[in-house]
Amino acid sequence: MSIIFILQVILVPAISPLCIGIVKKIKAKLQNRTGASIFQPYKDLWKLFHKDEVISEDASWIFKFAPYLIFSVTIILGASIPLFSTIFSDNLLSDLLVVVYFIALLTFFLALAGIDVGSAFGGLGSSREMTLAALTEGGLIFSMLALAFSAKSTNLFTIAATISSLSFFSFAPIILAFGAFVITMLAETSRFPFDNPATHLELTMIHEAMILEYSGKRLALIEWAAANKFLIFLALGANLFFPWGISLSANLADVPLALILFLVKILILSIFVAVLESSIAKFRFFRLPDLLFTSFILSIIAICLII
Amino acid sequence: MFSAFTSSIFFLAALTLWMIGAIGSLAFMKNDQRANLWGNFFAIFGAVAGLISSFLVLVFGSAFSFNIPSSLHLLSLSFNVDKLSGFFIFAISLISLFTSIYALGYVKHYYKKYNIGTLGFFYNIFLAGMVIVSSASSILFFLIVWEIMSLASYFLVIFEHKERSNIQAGSLYFIMTHIGTAFITLAFLLLYHATGTLDFEIIKSNIGAVKPLTKNIVFILALIGFGTKAGIIPFHIWLPSAHPAAPSHVSALMSGVMIKTGIYMLIRIFMDIMADAPLWWGVVILLIGAISSLLGVLYALTEHDIKKVLAYSSIENIGIILLGLGSSLIFWSMNMKPFAILGLTAALFHTLNHAVFKSLLFMGAGAVISEMHTRNMEEYGGLIKYMPQTAFFFLLGSMSISALPPFNGFFSEWLIFQSLFKGISGSDISVCWAFMLAAGSLAFTGGLAAMCFVNVFGATFLARPRSPEVYHAKESNVTLRIGMFALAALTLVIGITAGTVTNILSGVANDLAIFRSSPPAYYSTPLTVGLKNNFASISMPFIFISLVLVSAIIFFIVFLFTRKRKIKFGTTWDCGTTLSPRMEITATGFANSIIAIFRGVLKPTKQVSIKYRDENMRYFPKTETVKLGTKDIYRGYFYRPLHIFTIKVSEYVKRIQSGNINMYILYILLTLIAILLIVAV
Repeated sequence: MSIIFILQVILVPAISPLCIGIVKKIKAKLQNRTGASIFQPYKDLWKLFHKDEVISEDASWIFKFAPYLIFSVTIILGASIPLFSTIFSDNLLSDLLVVVYFIALLTFFLALAGIDVGSAFGGLGSSREMTLAALTEGGLIFSMLALAFSAKSTNLFTIAATISSLSFFSFAPIILAFGAFVITMLAETSRFPFDNPATHLELTMIHEAMILEYSGKRLALIEWAAANKFLIFLALGANLFFPWGISLSANLADVPLALILFLVKILILSIFVAVLESSIAKFRFFRLPDLLFTSFILSIIAICLII
Repeated sequence: MFSAFTSSIFFLAALTLWMIGAIGSLAFMKNDQRANLWGNFFAIFGAVAGLISSFLVLVFGSAFSFNIPSSLHLLSLSFNVDKLSGFFIFAISLISLFTSIYALGYVKHYYKKYNIGTLGFFYNIFLAGMVIVSSASSILFFLIVWEIMSLASYFLVIFEHKERSNIQAGSLYFIMTHIGTAFITLAFLLLYHATGTLDFEIIKSNIGAVKPLTKNIVFILALIGFGTKAGIIPFHIWLPSAHPAAPSHVSALMSGVMIKTGIYMLIRIFMDIMADAPLWWGVVILLIGAISSLLGVLYALTEHDIKKVLAYSSIENIGIILLGLGSSLIFWSMNMKPFAILGLTAALFHTLNHAVFKSLLFMGAGAVISEMHTRNMEEYGGLIKYMPQTAFFFLLGSMSISALPPFNGFFSEWLIFQSLFKGISGSDISVCWAFMLAAGSLAFTGGLAAMCFVNVFGATFLARPRSPEVYHAKESNVTLRIGMFALAALTLVIGITAGTVTNILSGVANDLAIFRSSPPAYYSTPLTVGLKNNFASISMPFIFISLVLVSAIIFFIVFLFTRKRKIKFGTTWDCGTTLSPRMEITATGFANSIIAIFRGVLKPTKQVSIKYRDENMRYFPKTETVKLGTKDIYRGYFYRPLHIFTIKVSEYVKRIQSGNINMYILYILLTLIAILLIVAV
């Protein structure tokens, strides 16, 4: 049990850079480039942790403190969502709303840190990020709520356990909710069509604009936290909506298979994100609300079908 | 019985102390310092007495009621403090304790400019008025105290009378609050007519004889009347102008607790006096809550006056409270009492939380304003370096109001969400849609509130100063900081001890006659709160501990591995130019995208006026002024037509005024005959 829990805690930070590496690699392949190794994000983190830092004179303690808090929140989130096993259903942090509002806490401090240094980019990035975050929250809560109603619990582990035993035919509303979830996932993790994770162009960047002033170990923490957040959303998508193969018992022997299945699901979702990013263009900022409202409406339809 | 006696003694002591404070500070009018100390120290003593009294009522159930007969026939000074009253008295005393400590230092900047004696007088009267309003149990007595409370707050709003805009704000408040009182009076008169008594308790026992139609009319009238005080949309128009006009500690009280007296009376009338609410009452309140919360926060985003933002956000939070109250009424009428208790507890919890963090934020805003001498956030910036403690307290308040864990605001929103979720899944389709709408609006409201307070905190405290005033700003006076510290600590303490607080509040809900002996739908222990049907559970202490612990571990590990790295301080990357404060994002700029997205609702306006160097050759503008704002749709589409209609009706009525005295005598005669006929029939 304790071994499984330790695995649960370190799994997200351990493999999240790999996810980013895989997505980047696939994107590179689709653009006819060779691309960096899928382990490049690990090397980047290693490099950043060894670099000295430059901090703006205008920065207050919020700028300095935010990376630690943001990273810690992603660690807590990683430990409180279903990854490969559902045995932690008595985990007191795995309530749906707690997870959503932890994500809000993370965004809140990221946005404050963006404003803190007083650059023209940071503030604008924060403004855009908060605009999107505010509009995403409805879709995010409601898409997972649809599952909660069908599982009769908002505990994410219980949801995963219940959905995994549902018959194949009751999946129609869950697919709808998944569609809604994917939209909010792309928004929250700063992916196409909401944000371009590779850009540093003033007009388009959102997430990158906020973290522009970070360097050294704090940049490493922020980048790592962003990778964690990406993996957390992939894991939520994989394990809440398609929880087949998740280990339902505390038996250590089940873990390897469940772990492999989890990694396969994450790989599939990563490929999906990479292909999506390579095949569609970034939307104009003011068209994004339409997409987010679509996600909200989809979740409502899903809920209506379930209750 | 002994404790009931004790709590009533403390209750009277509180009222007496406030009275002494009021009269004393008026007597010391000539000496600013003495009037300030006298007025506020007695306010503090009164608040402590009120706290003890209401705490006894809440925790030991020592409810009390007593009656001071008066020589007038219908007027009896009857008090009845049950747990519901006790809860509101507790909130009022708690907040007024800290605002009074804060005021000790804050009032100093009014010395020599305004009359401190009258401030102390109206302040103490206002406190006493709010407490009596939450405990009066006779219609006439209630109306008189309600009026005293409203008038005292009116005089506090226009306290800084040298600024013309404050007088205007005061007048609007005066008119709106009296329109509200008119509706309340009408509602009470109907109740009096139907039951033949002025005493709340007797009305309650006779309510069975009242026709449903009368009850429905009373519901609408009371909702408008008390809703005006609470600030529900569209009766909110006085709130964003009156709250900012008052001195900040008074704004804290008005936003924190005065508008809650409206909520108190809504609960008192709909859930206690007029038992048996039909389904549509709850639906109406739920919808009003949904609209008020969403629109309130959107309007908050359009403002750049720091106190107006807070005032609009009060409308939002009143909306959130009404979501809890509305769902409670619906569950009750569907005979799902355990969940009705959940909704009511959630509403009460949010009432307490909003009182705490909104007064904290108003006090923080006041501290900033007294240093900066402007309410315009665009002229702030970078204050975190000049007022670090104020900034920290304000940050805690902002996090709490944005419903971020582990603060108290998060927990009460969680509770309200649970009751709305139950409404979606557990009720039939006829009301399910209303719950769906409410939950959706609450979800968006949470996100928008976070955005709003990132904006407020960022524009005020972060980045570089945007006006030279900032460089002269100093950390605020020690009493200001004590007041803010206490409330900031409370946001966290109430958050962590949410289970215990929930227990006390479910006691309040269970004390209402309709919910007596029915168990709530949730369990609450100091460690966890959860629904009995296992739908959801939460542990606030665990959230807090895990956040602190994990952050500490991460910090330690990172420190261990990177302690040899150097940190260099440099300027923010400036793209090769010199950074000026004008390149930073402003509060208006920050909210601009959300305003553009919601332009259909907010109706933003833009006025551009250009002055040219040469009027004939319009190529070289000298100055260009752009004024951004939002169209006041309530005045345009609701109040103005009403105004025009009233004027038109008055024109017709005017015709009977001929100026001929014989004519008037004829009117009197006709009226007399008509009355005699009515009485005879």
